[in-house]
Amino acid sequence: MFDALSTLLRGGFSHGVHPPDHKGATAALPIRRMPFPEEVVLPLSQHTGAPSRLLVSKGDRVERGDKIGEAQGYVSVPVHASASGTVADVQLWPHPNGSWSEAVRIAVDPHSAQIPRPRLVPRWDDLTPDQVRTAVQDAGVVGLGGAAFPTHVKLKAPEGTKIELLLVNGAECEPYLTSDHRVMVEHPERVHFGIRIMMQCLEVDRCVIGVEMNKPDAVERLNATIPSDLDVTVLPLRVKYPQGAEKMLIKAAMGREVPSGKLPAHAGTVVQNVGSIAAIAEIFETGYPLIERIVTVTGPGIRKPSNLVIPVGTKARDVLEFCGGLTDDAREVLFGGPMMGAPQPDLDAPVLKGTSGIVVLTDAEAKPRVTYPCISCGHCLDACPVFLNPTQLGKLAQAGRYQEMMDMHLADCMVCGSCSYVCPSNIPLSQMFALAKGAVRREQQRVREAQEAERKASEKAGAAA
Amino acid sequence: MSAAGPGGTGPGGAGSAGGDGGSGRAERRLELVASPHLKAPDSTPRIMWTVVVTLVPVVVAAAWNFGPSALLVIGFATLGAMVTERWLGPGGALRDGSAAITGLLLGLTLPAGLPVWMAFAGGAVGIGFGKLIFGGLGQNVFNPALLGRAFLQAAFPAAMTTWPLPTGAELPGGGVMAWSTLRGGTFALPLLGSRVDAVTGPTPLGLMKFESVGTEVSDLFMGTISGSIGETSALLILVGGAYLALKNYLNWRIPVSVFAAVAILSSAIHAVSPAAFPGAPFMLFSGGLMLGAIYMATDMVTSPVTNVGAWIYGAGIGALVVLIRFWGGLPEGVMYAILLMNALVPFINRATQPRVFGTGKVAEASP
Repeated sequence: MFDALSTLLRGGFSHGVHPPDHKGATAALPIRRMPFPEEVVLPLSQHTGAPSRLLVSKGDRVERGDKIGEAQGYVSVPVHASASGTVADVQLWPHPNGSWSEAVRIAVDPHSAQIPRPRLVPRWDDLTPDQVRTAVQDAGVVGLGGAAFPTHVKLKAPEGTKIELLLVNGAECEPYLTSDHRVMVEHPERVHFGIRIMMQCLEVDRCVIGVEMNKPDAVERLNATIPSDLDVTVLPLRVKYPQGAEKMLIKAAMGREVPSGKLPAHAGTVVQNVGSIAAIAEIFETGYPLIERIVTVTGPGIRKPSNLVIPVGTKARDVLEFCGGLTDDAREVLFGGPMMGAPQPDLDAPVLKGTSGIVVLTDAEAKPRVTYPCISCGHCLDACPVFLNPTQLGKLAQAGRYQEMMDMHLADCMVCGSCSYVCPSNIPLSQMFALAKGAVRREQQRVREAQEAERKASEKAGAAA
Repeated sequence: MSAAGPGGTGPGGAGSAGGDGGSGRAERRLELVASPHLKAPDSTPRIMWTVVVTLVPVVVAAAWNFGPSALLVIGFATLGAMVTERWLGPGGALRDGSAAITGLLLGLTLPAGLPVWMAFAGGAVGIGFGKLIFGGLGQNVFNPALLGRAFLQAAFPAAMTTWPLPTGAELPGGGVMAWSTLRGGTFALPLLGSRVDAVTGPTPLGLMKFESVGTEVSDLFMGTISGSIGETSALLILVGGAYLALKNYLNWRIPVSVFAAVAILSSAIHAVSPAAFPGAPFMLFSGGLMLGAIYMATDMVTSPVTNVGAWIYGAGIGALVVLIRFWGGLPEGVMYAILLMNALVPFINRATQPRVFGTGKVAEASP
């Protein structure tokens, strides 16, 4: 009731959950630079879309910032060497998503100064939107909030839409993570510079930065540095998970719902993560591509929680070691936050462009919980930010009735985990939904391939006749 | 989980964790669990046992009002429920606390003078036929406590409508009812039909229905009247309910809509014919309405999952209560009102699916 009321009074979204934020360990720690490791491993698939095409081979010398993988198509970005050294091999390597994928291993040259080759810094105000997009794509910039969607694609309004507002996502609603927070506190000018470039590129004249209220210093620093000629508003948001989900942020900032199955552009906006904005600013400040990122390394299972600048491709093992190593009761290593992060079986997995944090949980957090039958309490319905019926979906998932789940808008589920978080019976709802979504995707793929094969076969038959 | 990269990155993949031997610190085995990794502190047993704890003051008040008989009836009803759950239910099911709630709530709806074997049988039937037969916790359609009570009402109509006097009430022969007096055939043997004379009094609803005599609302509120064990202290029930609502262990919309429906309907009818029908205050505080609306109608398993559904369900219960009390053959109708609306819950759920974010329509629920 109070939720609905405050939503009405002060922009926000309905439903959602209130996990403890656990940000205290790193919220006030300045960003430090981690030294170069002995080896970096760069998977060619670090973004949503087609993997990059390999440009180097074993034994090649590469300098920091050199392109080692070329974008393949529009929804794709290149990969750059994050350290100078020699290509040790190109091989399958553990990927943080749990699979093995093709990656370039670079043995870092211990004697190199690690200074990228001199390059022309593009003059942003001379560039057309198309040139800006090309520059952003060339720099390999993707969404740094976790989804790793190529940023340049979002710098153009899709056919038939009009962008009225640039929305910058500084909510950082995942517990534990503070990397965006530190960027906003330490580099507010860079954020505003990135906003300036994006506003020009998107041809919008208004920008809103959404920041959860548990970061008052970020709100203050951003407010104090707004350039006088830009229409930028910093919007403090209620502390609530998943406030940083695109749809929720748009609802909170604009009062609009993105139509089911559509893009934010259909609601008249584009959402960019604050880290990605800073990465764009960097292109036009130094000319450097995206070769390092800010990562929060935290959780009760790590000895020295830190906010670090880490070369992309640094192995989790090296990062954890730099942070004092794991405690004796460490039990789980997550890439990302505890609500949506991916558990890591293998600490050789490298930090990617989209890795916002490494959270280490201990036995206390990872202890198994007894599952009870659903008691129809309805708490999951009150938690679901997109108003699904998780209890019903859960029963369908257990029965394997995926088609009926699709009819109940399974596709709108973001797997944010809110339903699992509140379920008093510990039913793994969002986990089951993730499985169901995967099964549906594979089935659709199978059907598509079967149709394709059939079409080819009939064409062949036609040609033969 | 791999022990090492294929190119030989040296020993010690995270998953290998091969004991403490070897050089360097051996890594512990890492757990692989899908997100989310945080969990709200509420759990099903915690919800259930909290409900039990909030009922303790009600039980104490009932014990004061109706003496040791009340405690015995509640105790045996709870025993019947828990023994049945232990015997026929899945292993460890007692720990979730739901059987204890069923027994306690059933006990609170019974007359204090009921023979304890009947209370035991009611608890057993409530759990056995009200819950386990449907598949146990979460699967039942009807509130098990009320199903047990419906069984007792049908099987032992006389015993179930014999209402003893509360402690301190004036006896017909002079003097007052002492606390320690057994209020009826508490220890009657099963099925022998032994009659124990007890001093009884009419319930306020009975007085109203059959003799058109009203009762002071303040007496109703404090619970110093004849009636079932737990229908007698509206105050304690309201306090317990408010606590549960604050903890979000019950959906406040249900009791609120029950009370609203009862108040509005009875006020309207009272306004038309004040002599024949009592007004809202009497209707709200008499009989089992408080206990029913706050503790029974809100049973999570047998009430709607949607909030819109909760309003409809509560309003339906309130309307049925007024209907049965005013025009039905019985003085009290809370039990049947809740059971009838329980039966409609699947339909209410289906009709009140939430509107999915970003759509103009609701998600199609499958049956």
